[in-house]
Amino acid sequence: MTATPELIDALVADLRPVPAGTVWRRIAIGVGVGGLVSAVLMVLWLGLRADLADAVWTTSYWAKFIYPLLLGIAGVLAVERLGRPGGRAKRAARLAVAAVVAVLLLAVAQFMNSPPEMYRGLLMGSSAMLCPFYIVSLATPIYLGLLWVLRGLAPTRLAVAGAGAGLLAGGVGAWIYAFHCGETAMPFLATWYSLGIVASVALGALVGRYVLRW
Amino acid sequence: MSLVEEQLGGLMRKSLAGDAGAYRVLLGELGSLLHRYFARRLGRDSADVEDLVQDTLMAVHAKRATYDVGQPFTVWIHAIARYKLIDHARYRRIRVTVPLEEDEAVFASDDVEAAMARRDLDAMLDTLPAQPRTLIREVKIEGRSVAETAEKTGLSEAAVKVGVHRGLKALAARFGGAKHP
Repeated sequence: MTATPELIDALVADLRPVPAGTVWRRIAIGVGVGGLVSAVLMVLWLGLRADLADAVWTTSYWAKFIYPLLLGIAGVLAVERLGRPGGRAKRAARLAVAAVVAVLLLAVAQFMNSPPEMYRGLLMGSSAMLCPFYIVSLATPIYLGLLWVLRGLAPTRLAVAGAGAGLLAGGVGAWIYAFHCGETAMPFLATWYSLGIVASVALGALVGRYVLRW
Repeated sequence: MSLVEEQLGGLMRKSLAGDAGAYRVLLGELGSLLHRYFARRLGRDSADVEDLVQDTLMAVHAKRATYDVGQPFTVWIHAIARYKLIDHARYRRIRVTVPLEEDEAVFASDDVEAAMARRDLDAMLDTLPAQPRTLIREVKIEGRSVAETAEKTGLSEAAVKVGVHRGLKALAARFGGAKHP
Protein backbone atom coordinates (compact mmCIF):
# COMPACT_ATOMS: atom_id res chain seq x y z
CA MET A 1 0.00 0.00 0.00
CA THR A 2 1.41 3.35 -0.96
CA ALA A 3 1.58 6.12 1.59
CA THR A 4 -1.05 8.84 1.55
CA PRO A 5 1.31 11.65 0.38
CA GLU A 6 2.27 9.54 -2.64
CA LEU A 7 -1.37 8.86 -3.36
CA ILE A 8 -2.08 12.58 -3.23
CA ASP A 9 0.81 13.20 -5.66
CA ALA A 10 -0.69 10.68 -8.07
CA LEU A 11 -4.20 12.14 -7.80
CA VAL A 12 -2.96 15.70 -8.30
CA ALA A 13 -0.99 14.58 -11.38
CA ASP A 14 -4.17 13.01 -12.74
CA LEU A 15 -6.32 16.13 -12.21
CA ARG A 16 -8.29 17.27 -15.27
CA PRO A 17 -10.85 20.08 -15.27
CA VAL A 18 -14.42 18.85 -14.90
CA PRO A 19 -16.80 20.63 -17.32
CA ALA A 20 -20.05 21.90 -15.80
CA GLY A 21 -22.99 19.68 -16.61
CA THR A 22 -21.00 16.42 -16.60
CA VAL A 23 -23.68 14.65 -14.56
CA TRP A 24 -26.50 15.82 -16.83
CA ARG A 25 -24.56 14.80 -19.92
CA ARG A 26 -24.03 11.31 -18.57
CA ILE A 27 -27.73 10.95 -17.75
CA ALA A 28 -28.67 12.17 -21.24
CA ILE A 29 -26.37 9.59 -22.85
CA GLY A 30 -27.65 6.72 -20.69
CA VAL A 31 -31.32 7.56 -21.15
CA GLY A 32 -30.82 8.36 -24.85
CA VAL A 33 -29.12 5.07 -25.70
CA GLY A 34 -31.41 2.99 -23.47
CA GLY A 35 -34.50 4.75 -24.78
CA LEU A 36 -33.45 4.22 -28.38
CA VAL A 37 -32.94 0.50 -27.81
CA SER A 38 -36.30 0.33 -26.07
CA ALA A 39 -38.09 2.20 -28.90
CA VAL A 40 -36.57 -0.08 -31.55
CA LEU A 41 -37.53 -3.09 -29.45
CA MET A 42 -41.12 -1.84 -29.18
CA VAL A 43 -41.47 -1.19 -32.93
CA LEU A 44 -39.97 -4.54 -33.94
CA TRP A 45 -41.60 -6.64 -31.24
CA LEU A 46 -44.98 -5.00 -30.60
CA GLY A 47 -45.40 -2.54 -33.45
CA LEU A 48 -46.84 0.98 -33.44
CA ARG A 49 -50.60 1.04 -32.96
CA ALA A 50 -52.32 0.99 -36.34
CA ASP A 51 -54.57 3.94 -35.55
CA LEU A 52 -51.81 6.20 -34.20
CA ALA A 53 -52.52 8.98 -36.73
CA ASP A 54 -56.16 9.20 -35.61
CA ALA A 55 -55.45 8.62 -31.94
CA VAL A 56 -53.33 11.77 -31.59
CA TRP A 57 -56.59 13.77 -31.65
CA THR A 58 -57.99 12.05 -28.55
CA THR A 59 -57.66 13.07 -24.90
CA SER A 60 -56.94 9.52 -23.82
CA TYR A 61 -53.90 9.45 -26.09
CA TRP A 62 -52.51 12.58 -24.51
CA ALA A 63 -53.19 11.35 -20.99
CA LYS A 64 -51.25 8.20 -21.84
CA PHE A 65 -48.54 10.35 -23.37
CA ILE A 66 -48.20 12.85 -20.53
CA TYR A 67 -48.63 10.63 -17.46
CA PRO A 68 -45.66 8.28 -18.07
CA LEU A 69 -43.60 11.19 -19.32
CA LEU A 70 -44.19 13.11 -16.07
CA LEU A 71 -43.09 10.06 -14.08
CA GLY A 72 -40.07 9.76 -16.37
CA ILE A 73 -39.19 13.41 -15.73
CA ALA A 74 -39.57 12.84 -11.99
CA GLY A 75 -37.17 9.92 -12.46
CA VAL A 76 -34.64 12.14 -14.22
CA LEU A 77 -34.77 14.64 -11.36
CA ALA A 78 -34.42 11.80 -8.86
CA VAL A 79 -31.42 10.21 -10.59
CA GLU A 80 -29.65 13.54 -10.94
CA ARG A 81 -29.99 14.13 -7.18
CA LEU A 82 -29.56 10.58 -5.92
CA GLY A 83 -26.51 9.99 -8.10
CA ARG A 84 -24.64 12.47 -5.91
CA PRO A 85 -23.36 11.68 -2.41
CA GLY A 86 -25.93 12.65 0.19
CA GLY A 87 -28.46 13.61 -2.50
CA ARG A 88 -32.18 13.72 -1.72
CA ALA A 89 -35.02 13.64 -4.22
CA LYS A 90 -37.92 15.44 -2.55
CA ARG A 91 -38.86 17.48 -5.61
CA ALA A 92 -38.93 14.35 -7.77
CA ALA A 93 -41.04 12.48 -5.23
CA ARG A 94 -43.55 15.34 -5.08
CA LEU A 95 -43.84 15.45 -8.87
CA ALA A 96 -44.37 11.67 -9.07
CA VAL A 97 -47.03 11.69 -6.37
CA ALA A 98 -48.81 14.63 -8.03
CA ALA A 99 -48.88 12.80 -11.37
CA VAL A 100 -50.27 9.61 -9.81
CA VAL A 101 -52.93 11.54 -7.87
CA ALA A 102 -53.97 13.46 -10.99
CA VAL A 103 -54.43 10.23 -12.98
CA LEU A 104 -56.34 8.60 -10.12
CA LEU A 105 -58.69 11.60 -10.05
CA LEU A 106 -59.21 11.33 -13.81
CA ALA A 107 -59.99 7.63 -13.38
CA VAL A 108 -62.49 8.29 -10.61
CA ALA A 109 -64.12 11.02 -12.68
CA GLN A 110 -64.52 8.64 -15.61
CA PHE A 111 -66.03 5.96 -13.36
CA MET A 112 -68.52 8.45 -11.97
CA ASN A 113 -69.58 9.49 -15.46
CA SER A 114 -70.11 5.90 -16.62
CA PRO A 115 -72.82 3.33 -15.94
CA PRO A 116 -71.74 0.48 -13.61
CA GLU A 117 -71.90 -2.13 -16.35
CA MET A 118 -68.99 -0.35 -18.08
CA TYR A 119 -66.71 -0.43 -15.01
CA ARG A 120 -65.14 -3.74 -15.85
CA GLY A 121 -64.29 -2.68 -19.39
CA LEU A 122 -62.85 0.65 -18.22
CA LEU A 123 -60.61 -1.07 -15.72
CA MET A 124 -59.52 -4.17 -17.60
CA GLY A 125 -59.58 -3.08 -21.25
CA SER A 126 -58.32 -5.89 -23.42
CA SER A 127 -54.65 -6.03 -22.38
CA ALA A 128 -54.63 -5.57 -18.61
CA MET A 129 -52.44 -8.55 -17.81
CA LEU A 130 -49.91 -7.85 -20.55
CA CYS A 131 -49.52 -4.10 -20.05
CA PRO A 132 -47.35 -4.12 -16.88
CA PHE A 133 -45.22 -6.93 -18.31
CA TYR A 134 -44.56 -4.97 -21.53
CA ILE A 135 -43.80 -1.82 -19.58
CA VAL A 136 -41.21 -3.58 -17.43
CA SER A 137 -39.73 -5.21 -20.54
CA LEU A 138 -39.40 -1.89 -22.34
CA ALA A 139 -38.03 -0.28 -19.18
CA THR A 140 -35.19 -2.80 -18.99
CA PRO A 141 -32.87 -1.34 -21.67
CA ILE A 142 -33.32 2.10 -20.13
CA TYR A 143 -32.62 0.75 -16.67
CA LEU A 144 -29.43 -0.88 -17.93
CA GLY A 145 -28.39 2.47 -19.39
CA LEU A 146 -29.06 4.04 -16.00
CA LEU A 147 -26.94 1.48 -14.20
CA TRP A 148 -24.09 2.66 -16.40
CA VAL A 149 -25.00 6.26 -15.52
CA LEU A 150 -25.14 5.65 -11.77
CA ARG A 151 -21.99 3.55 -11.68
CA GLY A 152 -20.17 6.58 -13.02
CA LEU A 153 -21.75 8.76 -10.34
CA ALA A 154 -21.66 8.25 -6.57
CA PRO A 155 -25.01 7.27 -5.04
CA THR A 156 -24.78 6.77 -1.28
CA ARG A 157 -28.24 5.27 -0.78
CA LEU A 158 -28.13 2.45 -3.27
CA ALA A 159 -31.68 1.11 -3.04
CA VAL A 160 -33.17 4.62 -3.21
CA ALA A 161 -31.00 5.53 -6.20
CA GLY A 162 -32.00 2.23 -7.84
CA ALA A 163 -35.67 3.08 -7.23
CA GLY A 164 -35.13 6.48 -8.85
CA ALA A 165 -33.59 4.78 -11.87
CA GLY A 166 -36.53 2.35 -11.92
CA LEU A 167 -38.96 5.28 -11.94
CA LEU A 168 -37.13 6.92 -14.83
CA ALA A 169 -36.92 3.65 -16.77
CA GLY A 170 -40.52 2.68 -15.99
CA GLY A 171 -41.86 6.12 -16.93
CA VAL A 172 -39.99 6.30 -20.24
CA GLY A 173 -40.67 2.61 -20.95
CA ALA A 174 -44.42 3.19 -20.41
CA TRP A 175 -44.25 6.29 -22.57
CA ILE A 176 -42.73 4.24 -25.39
CA TYR A 177 -45.29 1.50 -24.80
CA ALA A 178 -48.10 4.06 -25.20
CA PHE A 179 -47.25 4.31 -28.90
CA HIS A 180 -48.29 0.67 -29.21
CA CYS A 181 -51.10 0.40 -26.69
CA GLY A 182 -54.63 1.00 -27.95
CA GLU A 183 -56.35 1.28 -24.57
CA THR A 184 -58.32 4.49 -24.01
CA ALA A 185 -59.78 4.34 -20.48
CA MET A 186 -58.38 6.39 -17.58
CA PRO A 187 -58.97 3.63 -14.99
CA PHE A 188 -56.89 1.31 -17.17
CA LEU A 189 -54.09 3.89 -17.34
CA ALA A 190 -54.27 4.61 -13.62
CA THR A 191 -54.10 0.93 -12.72
CA TRP A 192 -52.00 -1.01 -15.22
CA TYR A 193 -49.56 1.66 -16.34
CA SER A 194 -49.01 2.58 -12.70
CA LEU A 195 -48.52 -1.07 -11.81
CA GLY A 196 -45.90 -1.51 -14.54
CA ILE A 197 -44.04 1.57 -13.38
CA VAL A 198 -44.27 0.59 -9.70
CA ALA A 199 -42.87 -2.83 -10.61
CA SER A 200 -39.93 -1.09 -12.36
CA VAL A 201 -39.33 1.02 -9.26
CA ALA A 202 -39.33 -2.05 -7.00
CA LEU A 203 -37.07 -4.06 -9.31
CA GLY A 204 -34.83 -1.03 -9.71
CA ALA A 205 -34.45 -0.68 -5.95
CA LEU A 206 -33.72 -4.37 -5.50
CA VAL A 207 -31.11 -4.55 -8.26
CA GLY A 208 -29.60 -1.20 -7.35
CA ARG A 209 -28.97 -2.27 -3.80
CA TYR A 210 -26.52 -4.90 -5.01
CA VAL A 211 -25.24 -3.60 -8.34
CA LEU A 212 -24.58 0.04 -7.53
CA ARG A 213 -21.97 -0.49 -4.81
CA TRP A 214 -18.75 1.46 -5.41
CA MET B 1 -21.42 29.42 6.48
CA SER B 2 -18.74 27.76 8.54
CA LEU B 3 -15.07 28.43 8.04
CA VAL B 4 -14.38 24.87 6.95
CA GLU B 5 -17.17 24.97 4.38
CA GLU B 6 -15.91 28.23 2.95
CA GLN B 7 -12.32 27.06 2.78
CA LEU B 8 -12.82 23.54 1.49
CA GLY B 9 -15.67 24.50 -0.85
CA GLY B 10 -13.50 27.19 -2.40
CA LEU B 11 -10.63 24.75 -2.89
CA MET B 12 -12.97 22.20 -4.45
CA ARG B 13 -14.36 24.70 -6.93
CA LYS B 14 -10.83 25.66 -7.98
CA SER B 15 -9.90 21.98 -8.23
CA LEU B 16 -12.83 21.27 -10.54
CA ALA B 17 -11.55 24.05 -12.77
CA GLY B 18 -8.21 22.23 -12.93
CA ASP B 19 -6.17 24.14 -10.33
CA ALA B 20 -3.60 21.54 -9.24
CA GLY B 21 -2.24 23.69 -6.40
CA ALA B 22 -5.67 24.08 -4.82
CA TYR B 23 -6.31 20.40 -5.35
CA ARG B 24 -3.13 19.41 -3.52
CA VAL B 25 -4.07 21.59 -0.54
CA LEU B 26 -7.61 20.22 -0.59
CA LEU B 27 -6.51 16.58 -0.60
CA GLY B 28 -4.03 17.28 2.19
CA GLU B 29 -6.71 18.90 4.35
CA LEU B 30 -9.18 16.14 3.58
CA GLY B 31 -6.54 13.54 4.38
CA SER B 32 -6.17 14.80 7.95
CA LEU B 33 -9.89 15.42 8.45
CA LEU B 34 -10.71 11.94 7.19
CA HIS B 35 -8.02 10.44 9.34
CA ARG B 36 -9.61 11.96 12.43
CA TYR B 37 -13.06 10.95 11.27
CA PHE B 38 -12.19 7.29 10.71
CA ALA B 39 -9.83 7.01 13.67
CA ARG B 40 -12.54 8.20 16.02
CA ARG B 41 -14.87 5.50 14.73
CA LEU B 42 -12.57 2.55 14.25
CA GLY B 43 -10.12 3.20 17.04
CA ARG B 44 -6.91 5.11 16.64
CA ASP B 45 -4.73 2.04 16.21
CA SER B 46 -6.83 0.32 13.59
CA ALA B 47 -4.83 -0.47 10.47
CA ASP B 48 -7.99 0.12 8.48
CA VAL B 49 -7.98 3.85 9.16
CA GLU B 50 -5.29 4.69 6.62
CA ASP B 51 -6.83 2.29 4.09
CA LEU B 52 -10.16 4.05 4.42
CA VAL B 53 -8.56 7.49 4.16
CA GLN B 54 -6.90 6.48 0.91
CA ASP B 55 -9.98 4.75 -0.40
CA THR B 56 -12.02 7.87 0.30
CA LEU B 57 -9.45 10.18 -1.31
CA MET B 58 -9.54 8.01 -4.42
CA ALA B 59 -13.34 8.18 -4.39
CA VAL B 60 -13.18 11.97 -4.08
CA HIS B 61 -10.95 11.99 -7.14
CA ALA B 62 -12.94 9.54 -9.23
CA LYS B 63 -16.33 11.00 -8.30
CA ARG B 64 -15.45 14.69 -8.15
CA ALA B 65 -17.85 15.48 -11.00
CA THR B 66 -20.75 14.59 -8.69
CA TYR B 67 -20.04 17.59 -6.47
CA ASP B 68 -22.72 20.16 -7.22
CA VAL B 69 -21.06 23.56 -6.82
CA GLY B 70 -24.37 25.00 -5.62
CA GLN B 71 -24.45 22.67 -2.61
CA PRO B 72 -22.33 22.56 0.58
CA PHE B 73 -19.05 20.74 0.07
CA THR B 74 -18.97 19.46 3.65
CA VAL B 75 -22.24 17.60 3.08
CA TRP B 76 -20.79 15.99 -0.05
CA ILE B 77 -17.52 14.85 1.53
CA HIS B 78 -19.29 13.72 4.67
CA ALA B 79 -21.70 11.56 2.65
CA ILE B 80 -18.76 9.92 0.87
CA ALA B 81 -16.83 9.30 4.10
CA ARG B 82 -19.91 7.90 5.78
CA TYR B 83 -20.68 5.69 2.80
CA LYS B 84 -17.12 4.34 2.75
CA LEU B 85 -17.23 3.70 6.49
CA ILE B 86 -20.55 1.85 6.39
CA ASP B 87 -19.45 -0.13 3.33
CA HIS B 88 -16.22 -1.02 5.08
CA ALA B 89 -18.02 -2.06 8.25
CA ARG B 90 -20.56 -4.11 6.38
CA TYR B 91 -18.18 -6.03 4.17
CA ARG B 92 -15.32 -6.50 6.58
CA ARG B 93 -17.40 -6.93 9.71
CA ILE B 94 -15.49 -4.27 11.58
CA ARG B 95 -17.01 -2.88 14.73
CA VAL B 96 -17.71 0.82 14.52
CA THR B 97 -17.20 2.33 17.94
CA VAL B 98 -19.25 5.49 17.58
CA PRO B 99 -22.92 5.10 16.63
CA LEU B 100 -23.39 6.38 13.09
CA GLU B 101 -26.52 8.27 14.05
CA GLU B 102 -24.40 10.63 16.08
CA ASP B 103 -22.07 11.62 13.34
CA GLU B 104 -24.09 14.07 11.30
CA ALA B 105 -22.15 17.03 9.97
CA VAL B 106 -18.83 15.94 11.42
CA PHE B 107 -16.89 17.96 8.89
CA ALA B 108 -18.67 21.13 9.79
CA SER B 109 -18.36 20.67 13.54
CA ASP B 110 -16.52 22.98 15.87
CA ASP B 111 -13.82 20.50 16.75
CA VAL B 112 -12.70 20.45 13.13
CA GLU B 113 -12.49 24.20 13.17
CA ALA B 114 -10.61 24.01 16.44
CA ALA B 115 -8.22 21.52 14.86
CA MET B 116 -7.63 23.81 11.93
CA ALA B 117 -7.17 26.82 14.17
CA ARG B 118 -4.69 24.82 16.17
CA ARG B 119 -2.79 23.92 13.03
CA ASP B 120 -2.68 27.59 12.08
CA LEU B 121 -1.44 28.40 15.57
CA ASP B 122 1.31 25.80 15.27
CA ALA B 123 2.37 27.30 11.98
CA MET B 124 2.52 30.74 13.57
CA LEU B 125 4.49 29.55 16.56
CA ASP B 126 6.97 27.86 14.28
CA THR B 127 8.08 31.28 13.08
CA LEU B 128 9.41 32.05 16.58
CA PRO B 129 12.78 31.06 17.99
CA ALA B 130 12.79 27.90 20.12
CA GLN B 131 12.71 29.48 23.56
CA PRO B 132 9.76 31.88 23.27
CA ARG B 133 7.96 29.19 21.30
CA THR B 134 8.31 26.69 24.13
CA LEU B 135 7.33 29.27 26.71
CA ILE B 136 4.19 30.34 24.90
CA ARG B 137 3.21 26.74 24.33
CA GLU B 138 3.64 25.89 28.01
CA VAL B 139 1.97 28.94 29.50
CA LYS B 140 -0.61 30.06 26.95
CA ILE B 141 -1.62 26.81 25.24
CA GLU B 142 -1.03 24.04 27.76
CA GLY B 143 -2.08 26.37 30.55
CA ARG B 144 0.76 25.76 32.99
CA SER B 145 1.58 28.33 35.62
CA VAL B 146 4.60 30.59 35.32
CA ALA B 147 6.15 28.90 38.37
CA GLU B 148 5.75 25.41 36.91
CA THR B 149 7.20 26.52 33.60
CA ALA B 150 10.11 28.24 35.29
CA GLU B 151 10.91 25.06 37.18
CA LYS B 152 10.60 22.91 34.06
CA THR B 153 12.75 25.11 31.84
CA GLY B 154 15.23 26.15 34.49
CA LEU B 155 14.56 29.83 33.86
CA SER B 156 13.57 32.39 36.47
CA GLU B 157 9.89 33.30 36.72
CA ALA B 158 10.66 36.79 35.50
CA ALA B 159 12.48 35.39 32.47
CA VAL B 160 9.48 33.20 31.67
CA LYS B 161 7.12 36.18 31.85
CA VAL B 162 9.37 38.31 29.71
CA GLY B 163 9.86 35.50 27.19
CA VAL B 164 6.13 34.95 26.82
CA HIS B 165 5.50 38.65 26.53
CA ARG B 166 8.17 39.15 23.87
CA GLY B 167 7.02 36.13 21.93
CA LEU B 168 3.44 37.32 21.87
CA LYS B 169 4.58 40.77 20.83
CA ALA B 170 6.59 39.29 17.97
CA LEU B 171 3.58 37.25 16.87
CA ALA B 172 1.33 40.28 17.04
CA ALA B 173 3.78 42.27 14.96
CA ARG B 174 3.93 39.53 12.35
CA PHE B 175 0.31 38.37 12.17
CA GLY B 176 -1.80 40.95 13.97
CA GLY B 177 -3.15 42.72 10.92
CA ALA B 178 -6.21 44.29 12.52
CA LYS B 179 -5.61 45.98 15.86
CA HIS B 180 -8.23 45.19 18.44
CA PRO B 181 -9.60 48.24 20.27
